[in-house]
Amino acid sequence: MSYIGKFRVWRGDANGGSLEDYQVEVNEGEVVLDVIHRLQATQAPDLAVRWNCKAGKCGSCSAEINGKPRLMCMTRMSTFSEDETITVTPMRAFSVIRDLVTDVSYNYEKARMVPSFQPPKDLAPGEYRMQQVDVERSQEFRKCIECFLCQNTCHVIRDHEENKPAFSGPRFLMRIAELEMHPLDTADRRDLAQDEHGLGYCNITKCCTEVCPEGIHITDNALIPMKERVAGRRYDPVVWLGNKLFRRNRA
Amino acid sequence: MTEVERHSYDVVVIGAGGAGLRAAIEAREHGMRTAVVCKSLFGKAHTVMAEGGCAAAMGNVNPNDNWQVHFRDTMRGGKFLNNWRMVELHAKEAPERVWELETYGALFDRTPDGRISQRNFGGHTYPRLAHVGDRTGLELIRTMQQKIVSLQQQDYAETGDYEAKLKVFAECTITELLTDPATGAIAGAFGYWRESGRFILFEAPAVVMATGGIGKSFKVTSNSWEYTGDGHALAMRAGATLINMEFVQFHPTGMVWPPSVKGILVTEGVRGDGGVLKNSEGKRFMFDYVPDVFKGQYAETEEEADRWYTDQENNRRTPDLLPRDEVARAINAEVKAGRGSPHGGVFLDIASRLPAEEIKRRLPSMYHQFKELADVDITKEPMEVGPTCHYVMGGIEVDPDTAQSVVPGLFAAGECSGGMHGSNRLGGNSLSDLLVFGRRAGLGAANYVSTLSSRPAVRQADVDAAARLALLPFDPPEGSGQPENPYALHQDLQQTMNDLVGIIRKAEEIEQALERLVELKARMRRVVVEGHRQYNPGWHLAIDLRNMFMVSEAVAKAALMRTESRGGHTRDDFPQLDPQWRKTLLVCSSAADDELVPGVTVEPKEQEPMRQDLFELFDIEELSKYYTEAELAAHPDYRGAAAGSGDEAGKEEA
Ligand SMILES: Cc1cc2nc3c(=O)[nH]c(=O)nc-3n(C[C@H](O)[C@H](O)[C@H](O)COP(=O)(O)OP(=O)(O)OC[C@H]3O[C@@H](n4cnc5c(N)ncnc54)[C@H](O)[C@@H]3O)c2cc1C
Ligand code: SF4
Ligand code: SF4
Ligand code: FES
Repeated sequence: MSYIGKFRVWRGDANGGSLEDYQVEVNEGEVVLDVIHRLQATQAPDLAVRWNCKAGKCGSCSAEINGKPRLMCMTRMSTFSEDETITVTPMRAFSVIRDLVTDVSYNYEKARMVPSFQPPKDLAPGEYRMQQVDVERSQEFRKCIECFLCQNTCHVIRDHEENKPAFSGPRFLMRIAELEMHPLDTADRRDLAQDEHGLGYCNITKCCTEVCPEGIHITDNALIPMKERVAGRRYDPVVWLGNKLFRRNRA
Repeated sequence: MTEVERHSYDVVVIGAGGAGLRAAIEAREHGMRTAVVCKSLFGKAHTVMAEGGCAAAMGNVNPNDNWQVHFRDTMRGGKFLNNWRMVELHAKEAPERVWELETYGALFDRTPDGRISQRNFGGHTYPRLAHVGDRTGLELIRTMQQKIVSLQQQDYAETGDYEAKLKVFAECTITELLTDPATGAIAGAFGYWRESGRFILFEAPAVVMATGGIGKSFKVTSNSWEYTGDGHALAMRAGATLINMEFVQFHPTGMVWPPSVKGILVTEGVRGDGGVLKNSEGKRFMFDYVPDVFKGQYAETEEEADRWYTDQENNRRTPDLLPRDEVARAINAEVKAGRGSPHGGVFLDIASRLPAEEIKRRLPSMYHQFKELADVDITKEPMEVGPTCHYVMGGIEVDPDTAQSVVPGLFAAGECSGGMHGSNRLGGNSLSDLLVFGRRAGLGAANYVSTLSSRPAVRQADVDAAARLALLPFDPPEGSGQPENPYALHQDLQQTMNDLVGIIRKAEEIEQALERLVELKARMRRVVVEGHRQYNPGWHLAIDLRNMFMVSEAVAKAALMRTESRGGHTRDDFPQLDPQWRKTLLVCSSAADDELVPGVTVEPKEQEPMRQDLFELFDIEELSKYYTEAELAAHPDYRGAAAGSGDEAGKEEA
């Protein structure tokens, strides 16, 4: 049941590195992360890798396996043939710290730029009433485990470092959509989505949705509706007028 | 002199799980300059893994629920060893803490009338767990992470700096607490950046420990690599005490197959939503395992148990939802008797109990987890499950109201603190514990700091010593012998604890474990790591091992001393509950005999008697199953030693 698997793992740091070949035991039922751990324990004790839960819940173990952005703990070895060489490389859109560990601080900076939930002033804690159907839309987005695989995949930034300042990526555009769809939130982030977070850069290719390990419909349920909301606001004369008239009250 | 990055804060919170984040929010809201330090990235702490829910007697689903019922359930679950004041504060404050999360933006599942929905869980009389599907912990973490961001946005608006008053130091590990030698009070904390391996020093008069649990000392566990008992060990080394370390919760339902996922949790929500345990003969065996102390409180037939899901007024709950210690022991016994599943567990069946769509809606991540990791479709087949090391009831001994330990300036909350859960924690009571006592610890720390007239100073010699110990694995002493691989040493420790101080214990085995721990500790001195200090997991493990050894010794020594069985501590050689032991706590402290891995000493201590009004919340019959005759005399219904059937039950148990 166990066999010796062939692995190529990227080793190196910010100054460069290369793919190293390893032969390592693989047992029934294992996932890629198990094999990486066995490598650490037996051949490469200083091989750097992030992980926490080993159950697809924390979003720490993101990497590219044979070029596909995936969670290492949710990629079963049985999806590969025994003689296949499995290549594990760090996420490409972020700079490498060491081996499979990348610098994901971009994501935390973007998170900080999204204006937080603004609670209704007239409701005390315990008085919130919301219907299940209404919370479900935002709940879908709150399943996000912040693995940043969607960020890593989106072509707007994958090979375009220069777009990072203007574009927050699917994860944080979705965060804006989540807040906008929260039944009790009182803020309006539509202009911001377009002007500060680069919603306009997204051309709805759905690559982000395809890699999301949580199966969130990022493009269909968050990005497209968000684009519609922004468009509605910008070009609908009634909205435009109302906005002009009431801006002072809101400020 | 060591090269160290220095920071100065009012409050340093170690840990960014539920407890740490709640403490940080509170400290910052009381004007403290606050740092949050954590080993992983921000938002990845263990709390994200919590599935089932957060217990709070809001009474949204069953209006009969209130804090008194929650108080009683928690005391019962802990077999009356709990710190009753903590249980009282917890039961009273949990609803406010959950509602508060909604003001931070949390979106819990709803009842038809729009309030927070609550689900059934083991040991809770009424549906009590606020939840979001089976990813409640993620909701808690994300909500508080986002609250912290919102506080940082406020600070940015005022000062132009997001991190002016509240800063997160992620992937940064604290290895030692520093104290003022004259007073013993906290002066700071020392650690290293995982990314660069560089040292960092926090000078601060108050530290809140919120480091979580110890499961990584056991082989089969639901816990992540972070659970190396750092907070427990660091606190002991700084002079604090631990209580209840013999009580380790083995969750009854961990995955058992394939081997690489052994131990990963299967939420109790499966049983709360209708799933039942069966043995290889297809029998629902839990009906045979209702212990005397719970007789009469659980359904006696399958029909009654099944009716209970829809009509709780007229039926008793299924014994599948007994407290965890009972269910774990029952599974263990079934497997031992040869009635287990093919891979050494038992069956957990939800497939035959709910429609497939309903299962996917209520338990999406369980569906996903089994599908992805074990090729099992839980809407069609039963799961195979068995006990897994899950939670430590023991932890830092604290004052219930302020969360302060015996060391001035050292506070603790969450899984690394002790007392609240007694000998066994009820599911769902941890997330609420994090919120209630996280807040109290943050408040306690803020109050403490604002009363100080001067701040304790960090001694350079202590900083140098901490740095030297951290670097030891790169440069072990000359002639120390055969170099040791930290991974191999860790595996040996896990095997020892699993085999000899696991779910069922006996004196000879624990003694054997203690002997092995001595040998393993000797090997610890010879640990050598390869490579350099930059993001080096071998080195990180070598540092964590120091803590795992101290904690393992505390567990084993306390387990040997407690000659009874209670909650998360089962002694084959002392199978009964002993009322004399109910009022006794075992207190662990550092022997301070060795700088690398100090030994642990254990002393018994009398537990403070329950306040009268709380004592009277229980029937004398129930109390007599746990309490000594002398203690029972304080109850108004007490009729003397010879009277009442309850007293006889008490003697049987004793
Ligand atoms: C799979 C699973 C499911 C669970 N489900 C439930 C449930 O449904 N309901 C419930 O109530 N409970 C549940 N629990 C228990 C509950 O999740 C934990 O007890 C709780 O989350 C612990 O929270 P905490 O804040 O104490 O610590 P954690 O969330 O574990 O956080 C600990 C923090 O401390 C940091 N840390 C540790 N050591 C150091 C150090 N040396 N230096 C710096 N930082 C450090 C870590 O990085 C981390 O940020 C579950 C547990 C597991 C494992
Ligand atoms: S849909 Fe938009 S956000 Fe997603 S990958 Fe395509 S361009 Fe990027
Ligand atoms: S949306 Fe999906 S892919 Fe993107 S960070 Fe969240 S979980 Fe990962
Ligand atoms: S380790 Fe948590 S998602 Fe893979």
